[in-house]
Amino acid sequence: MSGDPPPRLPEPDPPWMMRTYAGHSTARASNELYRRNLQKGQTGLSVAFDLPTQTGYDPDDELARGEVGKVGVPISHRGDMAALMHDIPLGEMNTSMTINATAAWLLALYIVAAEEQGVPEHELQGTTQNDIIKEFLARGTYAFPPAPSMRLTADMIAYTVEHVPKWNPINICSYHLQEAGATPVQEIAYAMSNAIAVLDAARERVPDAQLEQVFGRISFFVNAGVRFIEEHAKLRAMAILWEELGRERYGVQDPRHLRFRYGVQVNSLGLTEAQPENNVQRIVLETLAVTLGRDARARAIQLPAWNEALGLPRPWDQQWSLRIQQVLAYETDILEYPDIFAGSKVMEGLVDELLAGARGEMAVVAEHGGAVEAVPYMKGALVDSHRERIRRIESGEQIVVGQNRFTETELSPLTDDAEGGILVVDPAVEAQQIEAVRHWRAERDQTAVDAALAALAEVARAEDGRQNLMIATIAAARAGATTGEWARTLREVFGSYRAPTGVGEAAAAAPDDELSELRGDVARLQEKLGRRPKILVGKPGLDGHSNGAEQIAVRARDSGMDVVYEGIRLTPAQIAASALQEGVHVVGLSILSGSHRELIPAVIDALREAGVSAPVVVGGIIPEQDVAPLREAGVAAVYTPKDFDITRIMRDIVGLLAANGSSANGSA
Amino acid sequence: MSAAGAALGARLRERDVSAAPAALNLLESTAAGDRAQAAELLAEVSPARLGGEAPAHVIGLTGPPGAGKSTLLSALLRVWRERGRTVAILAVDPSSRRSGGSLLGDRARIDFDPADPGVLIRSTAAGQRLGGLAPATRRSAHALAAAFDIVVIETVGVGQAETEVADVADTVAVVVQPGGGDVLQFLKSGIMEIPDVLVVTKADLGRLAAATRRDLTAALRSLGARATRVIAVSSLPPPSGIEELIEALDEHRAVLDIGARRLHARRAGALSDFVLEHGERGLRAIGGRSAAETLLAAQEPGLEVPALLAVLERGAG
Repeated sequence: MSGDPPPRLPEPDPPWMMRTYAGHSTARASNELYRRNLQKGQTGLSVAFDLPTQTGYDPDDELARGEVGKVGVPISHRGDMAALMHDIPLGEMNTSMTINATAAWLLALYIVAAEEQGVPEHELQGTTQNDIIKEFLARGTYAFPPAPSMRLTADMIAYTVEHVPKWNPINICSYHLQEAGATPVQEIAYAMSNAIAVLDAARERVPDAQLEQVFGRISFFVNAGVRFIEEHAKLRAMAILWEELGRERYGVQDPRHLRFRYGVQVNSLGLTEAQPENNVQRIVLETLAVTLGRDARARAIQLPAWNEALGLPRPWDQQWSLRIQQVLAYETDILEYPDIFAGSKVMEGLVDELLAGARGEMAVVAEHGGAVEAVPYMKGALVDSHRERIRRIESGEQIVVGQNRFTETELSPLTDDAEGGILVVDPAVEAQQIEAVRHWRAERDQTAVDAALAALAEVARAEDGRQNLMIATIAAARAGATTGEWARTLREVFGSYRAPTGVGEAAAAAPDDELSELRGDVARLQEKLGRRPKILVGKPGLDGHSNGAEQIAVRARDSGMDVVYEGIRLTPAQIAASALQEGVHVVGLSILSGSHRELIPAVIDALREAGVSAPVVVGGIIPEQDVAPLREAGVAAVYTPKDFDITRIMRDIVGLLAANGSSANGSA
Repeated sequence: MSAAGAALGARLRERDVSAAPAALNLLESTAAGDRAQAAELLAEVSPARLGGEAPAHVIGLTGPPGAGKSTLLSALLRVWRERGRTVAILAVDPSSRRSGGSLLGDRARIDFDPADPGVLIRSTAAGQRLGGLAPATRRSAHALAAAFDIVVIETVGVGQAETEVADVADTVAVVVQPGGGDVLQFLKSGIMEIPDVLVVTKADLGRLAAATRRDLTAALRSLGARATRVIAVSSLPPPSGIEELIEALDEHRAVLDIGARRLHARRAGALSDFVLEHGERGLRAIGGRSAAETLLAAQEPGLEVPALLAVLERGAG
């Protein structure tokens, strides 16, 4: 029986925009990397900033220690931005910046850099991530409290719609929600609720006639996991909800403005440290989730590298990921057909299921008073989901090849080199950057900077909040102010903030056999110590990826320990003071930003100086070759992503304390 | 190794706040050796050894979750430290009834300078009793009161929690958020003891906060509790009401018969420790609760809790 010939597009679609999330060490080194990547066929830029830049600190700030140039490029002032974009024509480039709390500032520096190239701001194209709610929920690089943060976001939207019309001022991120453990339903619902909060805030800052345009400028940044059929359905569901939201809540009519536009970075959470070469397959399959069906295809894609669970990827690792995109776009026939899922009952059913779940969860968020008010609720729900995911992997219900099944392996030639197959940032970079920013401050017109910052403070302080912060921010960028100065000025007006940790909201685990046994061990240890075992869990440095630390804290509680959970962004002095005052028996530190070699020894020094002898255990992305130096610095145990069984880590810690237990108090 | 109890007690008596962490480790311990050391420590800071009551102002701060206690404490800490007063905060969190473990998150929510030796925050789990105090919290408060200017016991709950706090604190402040109708109902129905100070947080919410304050004031008046002040505070910048609250707390402390209140606290503490250890059966061996209270009332007022506990244990045979 012969049917109709399959429909084909008259012309294959053009490929999506291809990017690589990149940046490290210095503006100059990153600029060289960008230009090389563009020569390799990359079609847009995706700038990774280091954590001090993301959280608003200069390289010479105490909190920046160990973090300068690590997970991205340090940008302190317009000179750095000019060096970063050197010889890259900004009028033609499409640049995505992963920047949130300090997005207004980095966009201002970008506008000034373009000015210096002779490119007017209205020609600029690109995206600032600028999604602050997900920073409170999942990523942790916030700087100001929720209300003024939303004002900054709304001001940026209002400014760009008028002056930088081709710019996407905000990328609503569901990406990080999935990284923090969100289920597809949660990812859809929280991202949409978040978009509502942003649009409602923007509605107050722009004329009614512009709202349609604002809606059209909002794009999304999503994640795609390895269950790629369901993940594709998720994107179709988001497109339906977005259009519905535009029509019904904001009265948008133009179909172009109603289109769901998104960029992707596929899942990093599921990438394994064990047999890391398998991550290549995972990345390919995840990319299918966002490219297979034309009706919900990504506009821009950047892929993680195979070795992200080991450490920072090298340019060669990133090139491999770019080539995955190019093979898919240029060798396969994926771009030649209309939507291949049109009429599929299975796909339709999946989409309906996700839509129903997401609508229910959006209603719960609305009942809490919207996304800003519901941050503690959503955070607790994410911690719960992530715990469930880990439980399934631990129990073997969810198979992870090479990690909890099929673990036999030959030696990998990929991780054979001296540095273990990852990028190691030269530790001298930090000192150079400190020197450079001090030199910059000494050379500039200080009076102009002071005046610009005073003007910024005044706009921020104004009761009615009517003046747009972007204008004062651009003036400060032009005057030569630094990232730390801009953020400090606003912190002084807005106050600083600590987001909820989510661990208090997480429900207690149902005891299984293993946990019951562990509780027995903890009870025996308590007898021995005289007090219930007490653990301090915290994250030194600026890295805000807290889901690992949260899972450790919740599991320690469920095993019967007293847990002092301090959350993110702690200085060594804070950790030492807490450990001493709380009389903890053990200190657990988590770091994913690659700054462990500087920060962990600093914490241990501070602890010992305070007279705390409690053992220190460390978890995070710790390359194999760093384990020995950390042990030498006094770390009792190091856990990496391959230690996925948290109950086993707990048992380990209990054993460590039982062996150590002659001292009842951990401090002299 | 734990430092010897007597030496730690002597350091606290000399107002050496750096002895506090090790002292707390000892006071919280249930190991037999540590218990003996803890008794020696407490003897060193007893009114008999101090030549009077411990100088600190012991403040109980209690309220439902989300009422804004941590934010309020941050604001209070700032002003107290500006005035040179040393502060210890004993933060009591509920324990998980399933595992016995607990997540002590308060410390992360209180804003203070970690390098400041004049501030100590210690988190403890309440144990299995909902809204109650951790067993060691009374002992800890007694001991720290010798060294610090202010000792705050922060507990979660409303209704029953503040009765236990009232047994150990000089001044009890209950924290309510605007619209917190529970507190109003509990007050009127007598489920809740009348606190010394009522604090309405989030005064920046305007009318709702003002209405809550008015309702509480009216309820107190109808109960004849004219001495209890109701204060509205806002911890958002610019903070308001904090100075007024501090003044109210200080005022309460100034007019208080501190000797009587502390004496009551020590006797109630000994009785509570006794029941924890020996249960209702132990109490019956003395001849019931009122017999135990009579026995305690007959003792020297300067005795510290472990000495009073020993008296009860002898009384039970």
